[in-house]
Amino acid sequence: MVSEPGDGGLAVRDAVVRYGPGSGAERAARGSRTVVAVDGVSIDVAPGEVVAVLGASGSGKSSLLRAVAGLEPLAGGSVSWAGTDLAGVPVHKRGFVVMFQDGQLFPHLSVAGNVGYALAGRPRRERERRVVELLDLVGLSGYGSRPVTALSGGQAQRVALARSLAADPRLLLLDEPLSALDRGLREHLVGVLEETLRAAGVPALYVTHDQDEAFAIADRVAVLAEGRLLQVDPPSTLWRHPANRDVAAFLGYGPFLDAAAAAALGWDGARGLVGVGPDGLVVDPEGTDVPVLAGQARRGGSEFTVRLPDGSDAKLRTTDTTAHRGLPTTLPVRLDPAGCVLLTSAGHLDS
Amino acid sequence: MNQNGDRYFSVRQASLNGKVPVPFSFRSGGHHGVGGSPWAWAAAAALPIAFLAVFFVWPVTALVARGFVVDGRWSLAGVQEVLAAPRTWRILTQTFAQAVLGTLGSVLLGVPGAYVLYRCTFPGRRLARAVASVPFVLPTVVVGVAFSALFAPSGALGGLGLQESLAGIVIALVFFNYSVVVRTVGALWSRLDPRAEDAARTLGAGRIRVLATVTLPALAPAIASAAALVFLFCASAFGVVLVLGGQSYGTIETEIWYQTTQLLDLPAAAALSMLQLLVVSVSLILAGAARTRQERALRLSGNPVERPLRGSDLPAVLLTGTVVLGLLVAPMVSLVWRSFATADGLGLANYVALSGDAGQFTVSVWQALANSLATGLAATGIAVGLGLGVSYVLSRRPASVPGRRVMRTVDAVFMLPLGVSAVTVGFGFLITLNRPPLDLRSSWLLIPIAQAMVALPLVVRTLLPTLRAIDPRLHEAAATLGAGPGRVVATIDAPFALRGLGLAVGFAFATSLGEFGATSFLARPDRPTLPVVIFQLIGRPGAENFGMAMAASVLLAVLTALVMGLAEWIGPRQVNPW
Repeated sequence: MVSEPGDGGLAVRDAVVRYGPGSGAERAARGSRTVVAVDGVSIDVAPGEVVAVLGASGSGKSSLLRAVAGLEPLAGGSVSWAGTDLAGVPVHKRGFVVMFQDGQLFPHLSVAGNVGYALAGRPRRERERRVVELLDLVGLSGYGSRPVTALSGGQAQRVALARSLAADPRLLLLDEPLSALDRGLREHLVGVLEETLRAAGVPALYVTHDQDEAFAIADRVAVLAEGRLLQVDPPSTLWRHPANRDVAAFLGYGPFLDAAAAAALGWDGARGLVGVGPDGLVVDPEGTDVPVLAGQARRGGSEFTVRLPDGSDAKLRTTDTTAHRGLPTTLPVRLDPAGCVLLTSAGHLDS
Repeated sequence: MNQNGDRYFSVRQASLNGKVPVPFSFRSGGHHGVGGSPWAWAAAAALPIAFLAVFFVWPVTALVARGFVVDGRWSLAGVQEVLAAPRTWRILTQTFAQAVLGTLGSVLLGVPGAYVLYRCTFPGRRLARAVASVPFVLPTVVVGVAFSALFAPSGALGGLGLQESLAGIVIALVFFNYSVVVRTVGALWSRLDPRAEDAARTLGAGRIRVLATVTLPALAPAIASAAALVFLFCASAFGVVLVLGGQSYGTIETEIWYQTTQLLDLPAAAALSMLQLLVVSVSLILAGAARTRQERALRLSGNPVERPLRGSDLPAVLLTGTVVLGLLVAPMVSLVWRSFATADGLGLANYVALSGDAGQFTVSVWQALANSLATGLAATGIAVGLGLGVSYVLSRRPASVPGRRVMRTVDAVFMLPLGVSAVTVGFGFLITLNRPPLDLRSSWLLIPIAQAMVALPLVVRTLLPTLRAIDPRLHEAAATLGAGPGRVVATIDAPFALRGLGLAVGFAFATSLGEFGATSFLARPDRPTLPVVIFQLIGRPGAENFGMAMAASVLLAVLTALVMGLAEWIGPRQVNPW
């Protein structure tokens, strides 16, 4: 699915976004100096592809998305669509629709008014039909006449999605669309979004800080840190082959053990750094006894914090729901290579 | 600039301070690619700027320059003479004393009032709030007349010796400005996140300590902002002081009027205008600084935080009840009662007399009312038309640093009329627009234009918050949905602006109806407006004239209240960006 520039779809090349000193809130937040929010990022979105941009807050992911939409000027590099450079193309002529974190529904319009906003100019009947269709698609049949101020957060985001799709976008840009919602709703709506995007066949750039969201929705995930792109890969590749320690740590690997420390836990001859995944450490009666520092209940089991032989702390999950109560002083553990990742200084080898 | 104008301005100020959901959110880059070119903005701003230059900057500058010309030559002698005169220093001292006392009184009474009327719920709160905001919309001359009816030897408080006294003037100033404090502070208080107070309570602080260490510090910027505005209003008070002060008390503003119209000493008036400009600029700068701090510092909740009254609120409730009934309601009731009082007991004689010639004028009060309405309509048209253009331009947030600098300058320029006395404007018109290239002496448009200048800052201040409250991301959302700059304005900005428009029209119209400072200079004897006639009536001896002044004041007050009531009713429901 990796596209080459010019074969259709979005191509961002060496994009740089800078915030000058003193633009309102930024000035207060960052002091009066220039901040490079996006630092030479290149990324593609092929037709029909969903690419997630994953990064912590302040990583520059929203700035990247705004630059693609034309809402933020590029200080360097280019954004092009199907081989055509979009420099100078105003926001409303790009055909890229942004779905904002808090929806940004027009408060003075009804649900139908919002969804139909991009359909102005179409015959009225067609417009109404399309609005009904889209509301069905997002599971809000019959909500058309309601004021948007009466919607719950989840409903509002569905309306925002329908409104975005009504514009028949060439590319959908989603800026943390679910971040403002609570966990259960988020997990549910990720599914709705994923299905809807697939059904509509719209390519999308999906900005999020949530690893699960990115993995659930994207064909490829791009990891962004401090304005730079660390890795772009399909979720499974990203998980199994993180490009470096930073990516691995961001995805949830840790601690990182050298060959000697790994050998002490039953993994001989590791040629590089072993990143311990969430399931990388297992209890094994044959394993090495390590001290237990703490235990906590988790859904469906317990989680222990143990001190590994090299002095680092690691988490260990078991399915025993009561184990954390009678806290053992030591546990026999070993590394499970299937739950770990092996990194070399040059990059990844294999697990 | 005039009492009414400032008052309305601060109402909107209050809601600006209280209702802003947006300025606290993170805003990036501004309107890159969304809002059209800078040239389009410049074009929208050009007409208002030209208007301001011709009808404000030129007259005021010409007037100030006159203070430096003695016998046809540039000289400081005229100014020095004025500054050396003991009378000037007496007036300055009086202005300062009135302003300080008026401000203190308004703040001390207004803060508990803000708490009771905006933080607490109780039956009749709507009515109490409405009563508290009525003084806002009353023409200054009417207030002056109401209090002089109360303080006159024959009045309800005649025995207290308040006629032509400092105390009497201060009471009238507090009457006016109480609601400035209540609304400015109340709008903020009603949205103050109560959890900081809760936290202090759980940490062991008693009520008084919470008030002193948490609540008041949080409100301090609003109180400071309100106090600075009130000081400005008091220091530039004209109509009310002119009516109540008599020969013994005045402000710089009334002194300018006196020097010009009674002594015909234009250099002295010009020098005083400069002094006034100085006083007013300092108060404006202080008010602006307080407002900026307030916008930066506070975390507000989206919805009003209210709770029922408790036993511990009793002192605040008693104080506020006394103020509302004693200070606000009593003079209004007294005014209405006196308007019906005739030599033969209560009756409609004073109202009947309104049809006859009024005072020195050859017109009846009804004709003056018709003049006021026609003038008001024209002034409203001018002020709102210009205000829409200015507000639209000022609501943009350019991304570039020079762009923002230009914007701040334009913003400040259009607040200038607020900082210059209405008397100065009227006087300036008199000496500049009376000869080519622009001879408007005989044009009836002169007064509407002057009144529009007075009303413009508050029209802008009314429209601007609603436009600025539009989350810039709504523009961005519309643009990414394919709406061009024109459609963004038509579908996003216009519906929001409409909500503020009714109120802006109401403010402009009510200001024009009550405007006295500038109009008193410009009104022609055969075409006076209602406030001018009322002032003439009250200055003439005889119970009959006094009675007519009362009746005409009631008429003007009712009309103004109607206009404002209508405007508030049409006016903005709260805009809730989701």
